[in-house]
Amino acid sequence: MELKTPIYDYHVELGGKIVPFGGFLLPVQYKTGVIAEHKAVREKAGLFDVSHMGEILITGRDALANVNMLLTNDFTVMEDGRCRYSPMCNEEGGIVDDLIVYKIKDECYLIIVNASNTDKDFAWMTAHAFGDVKMENISEQAAQAALQGPLAREIMTRVCRAEELPEKYYTFTREMEVGGIPCLVSRTGYTGEAGYEIYCAAERGEELFRLLLEAGKDLGLIPCGLGARDTLRLEAAMPLYGHEMSDEITPAEADLGFAVKMNKDDFIGKKALEEKGPAARKRVGLRITGRGIAREHCDVYIEDRKVGETTSGTFCPHLNHAVAMALLETSSASVGTSVSVDVRGRRIEAEVVSLPFYKRA
Amino acid sequence: MELRDNVKYAKTHEWVKELGDGVVEIGITDFAQDALGDIVFINLPEVDDEVVMETPFCDVESVKAVSDVYSPVTGVICQVNEELADNPALINESAFDAWIIRVKDVKEHEDFLSAEEYETFANEEA
Repeated sequence: MELKTPIYDYHVELGGKIVPFGGFLLPVQYKTGVIAEHKAVREKAGLFDVSHMGEILITGRDALANVNMLLTNDFTVMEDGRCRYSPMCNEEGGIVDDLIVYKIKDECYLIIVNASNTDKDFAWMTAHAFGDVKMENISEQAAQAALQGPLAREIMTRVCRAEELPEKYYTFTREMEVGGIPCLVSRTGYTGEAGYEIYCAAERGEELFRLLLEAGKDLGLIPCGLGARDTLRLEAAMPLYGHEMSDEITPAEADLGFAVKMNKDDFIGKKALEEKGPAARKRVGLRITGRGIAREHCDVYIEDRKVGETTSGTFCPHLNHAVAMALLETSSASVGTSVSVDVRGRRIEAEVVSLPFYKRA
Repeated sequence: MELRDNVKYAKTHEWVKELGDGVVEIGITDFAQDALGDIVFINLPEVDDEVVMETPFCDVESVKAVSDVYSPVTGVICQVNEELADNPALINESAFDAWIIRVKDVKEHEDFLSAEEYETFANEEA
């Protein structure tokens, strides 16, 4: 049985095409279609309902010690109002989930996790909790909207006090009003574009979504679905759990080494990662040069030798060609390598290119 | 959903139009293009390829997914709409004008649905 986000009824009213995703019923697209929605975010602005994301609150005197043990990144030196990305590993060094930690204040951390992993993550975290710490899964209490695109700031200033908006990437303002609704607003997103993620109480989620859409209408703001969310994150080469990451893929393989601090005293998975040494395979970008689109789980070859597998792939509306991400053996992963991808029995040509595919100017 | 009375429909969401002299034109329905979303690639067959009833002859990719297009008839392809290779979005713009293949020597065909029957069928699937 799929859950509905607090904004569900409004998606239906807007003509959203509803599909099950991560245990929720969400719009994959609206009447405008994925390409128009994708382009709106690159050129103007788009609004996403991301209320399905999970929120876990960790508080208590040992909150920091728990966060540092659970996650691979280091949270020791961190100012209030900052966000920090991290994988969470299992004992074997595989990835349980990837998430973002918001430091509300000392002894109080808000962790945003993937919708489909919320229950698994919460069980994992509580199973490894120690000392004076309290962990709460508050996912059902929160609604979340993502306003993304070059005009996101201008739209926000119409419904809130501009000076309260977080300026720097990966910072947030904990208590501010957006159209009169108490919200937490962060300078984060999953599109490769500037923008905000806005959290409020679940019961005011629809009101927030409506007023943001209304505020940006004349600037070209449109609601966007999961389809555009996926093409945008792929174009920006942001990894997605279950694709570029899994409990059998290490952070180094997923090219997330920047968020693994091996000089920390300890964290779950550290020992296994030390023993593994350099990654034998690596996440790379593929530009499809032949005709066709490679999706996930297509075998990648150099001549007749299999060198890896794609993890995600799509046609990129902004770039106007197909791309894929793939896990390739490290020796075949250098930029410029020519490969072919087996797409339903047909080989199509591709080239290893540097990531991201798209970078905001 | 747009429907046209001058074509017949297959349950796999293709339309078939008789052009005379035993030649038929095949495309996908408006309902199908709407379900697929923005079409960005079409893997076209070639002239002289044989098509077999209830068997895929081509695939179309939208941003979201790939989908096979089934032939509602058995015969031989005599023409391919090459324009679609460069501009597959023509199918989204007007599914009934954007034919994919023309087939000659039709030996066999499915039990087609009328526009009205197809509408009922598609609504039940939706």
